[in-house]
Amino acid sequence: MAEDAIVVDESLGSETLLDLRSLSVTYQTDQGPVPAVRGVDLTVRRGEVVGVAGESGCGKSTLASTVLRLQPATATVTGEVLVSGADVITMRWGELRALRWAGASIVFQGALHALNPVQSVGAQIGEPIRIHEPGIEDSEVTARISELLQQVGLSPSRAAMYPHQLSGGQRQRVMIAMALACRPALIVADEPTTALDVMVQAQVLGVLEKLVKDLDVGMMIISHDLSVLASSCDRIVVMYAGRVVEEGPAHAVFDRALHPYTAALSAAFPRVGDPAARFAPAGLAGDPPDPTSRPPGCSFAPRCPLAIEACREAEPELREIEPGRWAACIRVGEP
Amino acid sequence: MTGSVWRAENVHVSFGTTPRSRALDGVDLEIRSGEIVALVGESGSGKTTLARVITGLQAPTTGQVLLDGEPLGTGQRALRAYRRRTQLILQDPLGALNPRHTVYESVAEGIRLHGLAASDPEGRSEAELVAAALSSAGLRPPERLFLRYPHELSGGQRQRVLIAGSLALSPELLIADEPVSSLDASIRGEILALLLRLRETLGLGVLVVTHDLGLAWNIADRVAVMYLGRIVESGSTEEVLQRPQHPYTRALLSVVPEIEGMEQTILTGEIPDPARIPPGCRFHPRCPALERGEASAAGVDEACRTQDPRLLPLPLPGHAAACHLAQVRAGAATGTATESGRTS
Repeated sequence: MAEDAIVVDESLGSETLLDLRSLSVTYQTDQGPVPAVRGVDLTVRRGEVVGVAGESGCGKSTLASTVLRLQPATATVTGEVLVSGADVITMRWGELRALRWAGASIVFQGALHALNPVQSVGAQIGEPIRIHEPGIEDSEVTARISELLQQVGLSPSRAAMYPHQLSGGQRQRVMIAMALACRPALIVADEPTTALDVMVQAQVLGVLEKLVKDLDVGMMIISHDLSVLASSCDRIVVMYAGRVVEEGPAHAVFDRALHPYTAALSAAFPRVGDPAARFAPAGLAGDPPDPTSRPPGCSFAPRCPLAIEACREAEPELREIEPGRWAACIRVGEP
Repeated sequence: MTGSVWRAENVHVSFGTTPRSRALDGVDLEIRSGEIVALVGESGSGKTTLARVITGLQAPTTGQVLLDGEPLGTGQRALRAYRRRTQLILQDPLGALNPRHTVYESVAEGIRLHGLAASDPEGRSEAELVAAALSSAGLRPPERLFLRYPHELSGGQRQRVLIAGSLALSPELLIADEPVSSLDASIRGEILALLLRLRETLGLGVLVVTHDLGLAWNIADRVAVMYLGRIVESGSTEEVLQRPQHPYTRALLSVVPEIEGMEQTILTGEIPDPARIPPGCRFHPRCPALERGEASAAGVDEACRTQDPRLLPLPLPGHAAACHLAQVRAGAATGTATESGRTS
């Protein structure tokens, strides 16, 4: 399976910026070890936008935190996290500090809480530049801040403003400008549009899309909203209970889900105008499994409308169902 | 069904000093029991303020709310009786439930405040009323949840407990402010299905406040679109969401990620400050139809800039829009139909 993936990489011929190999993350808690991410393989190439979808507790934010080794100290990480070929897990501190911001950066969710309320946004955008390029001229930092603000569609005059003087959408743009400050090749955006209105969400997604095109970076967007990912990503990876259950081209995954969990997620965001969704909200009974006591076999089986006895026996492998489309479900592709 | 009718008439709510923020600037809305109405719009459109006015939590500066033709009183007793019939369900169930109260305590609180166990027509005890409310909210068997605390429940269960707290008072109208926005996708459908079922089994009316047009398509009979303190378009869900007439509604629909094949109209900027509502049509500074010259081609651009359009019926079934251009277009397209529509 790993060999197949490498063949696909080379056929596209673009540089792999992020390569997660058999990544597992386990939190040590008073209740014992809690596996949050279990054997995930994932790549992001230059110029590509990859979406990671899933609900609370599926491990998607833990996954994002490992890219820059930001996971809590109670987490045990196994596998490999390669950012531009260098393994983040075993990297020395000096290398890691150089990598953060300049090699890869994260746009966190909750822009109001992530920004410093008593510093102008210009100063906050400039801070990583000054740290990573000691001795840089003030005039050049100012010029870079103006350029960054323009890249995210804000007027350079905003640099003097404080977070409370900006709207939610403007603050989220500032967060993106900060993430771009040291010209990273890889950007991870964790729920970049949650809590934003649809119109502002469309504006922010437009900014992200333009950045990938103009700056030729790679991007990983994490969201619980499959419809947002379908409209802004090239590929989507769907996670459930710490594992990848489906992966494929964004529109194909959203429109013709293979895995029953993806199908349920997709139906939860109804298409306006679809007669099948009228007065028929689609739900999924039950809750995700408790990570401390996962059921045997497929983790999704207890909630799955298609589950059969065999589903409860062994955890299904992620397998290629059709070219470029993968799913971890024994019932997919049945005649 | 002998339903009740809630009506907001020319409601204005303003806050602060000069220039006063006009959060609601002349809103009319009617909702009947057994009906689901979605109030949609962006943050700052006034939709939550309108919901609070209809719940009796916010007094209108001018205008009034009527229930079955009776103006909503201001006295404590009258308001308490009104609020029993008109229940608000808050967003963020974790924040809205007292973390130190068991599920039983949370649901029983309203029953005690209104003395419902003593006056129950079927002579049910408090525990029986709590159990019935939890069952109606889809939490079965209810007794198993009585002694649980909010942190022991899943997000979906917490939202159901909040709904049960409202149902315990046998309301006729539920006002749900973003009822699923903080819930995971798979739970969302369950809660929306519950609202539909409550309408069916108990004949409840539901006013759902949301920015999510997909949600409106899922459950609402009618949709009212708000912009800067006004309803700018209203009508049946099919009409408004499939044949939007107001340029603002069209833009909102065009950016819903799951709608394919519609060219995106991303409005620049955000809703203006309600203390500085633009003259003329309040949407005109951001209006794509005015910018693209469609309004001037129809000869209404001057009106867009100077005359505040009223929410007027269009010659389409049950459809109204506050837009000079939409009125002219609809009139031109169905001029004769209007005449015959009037006579029939």
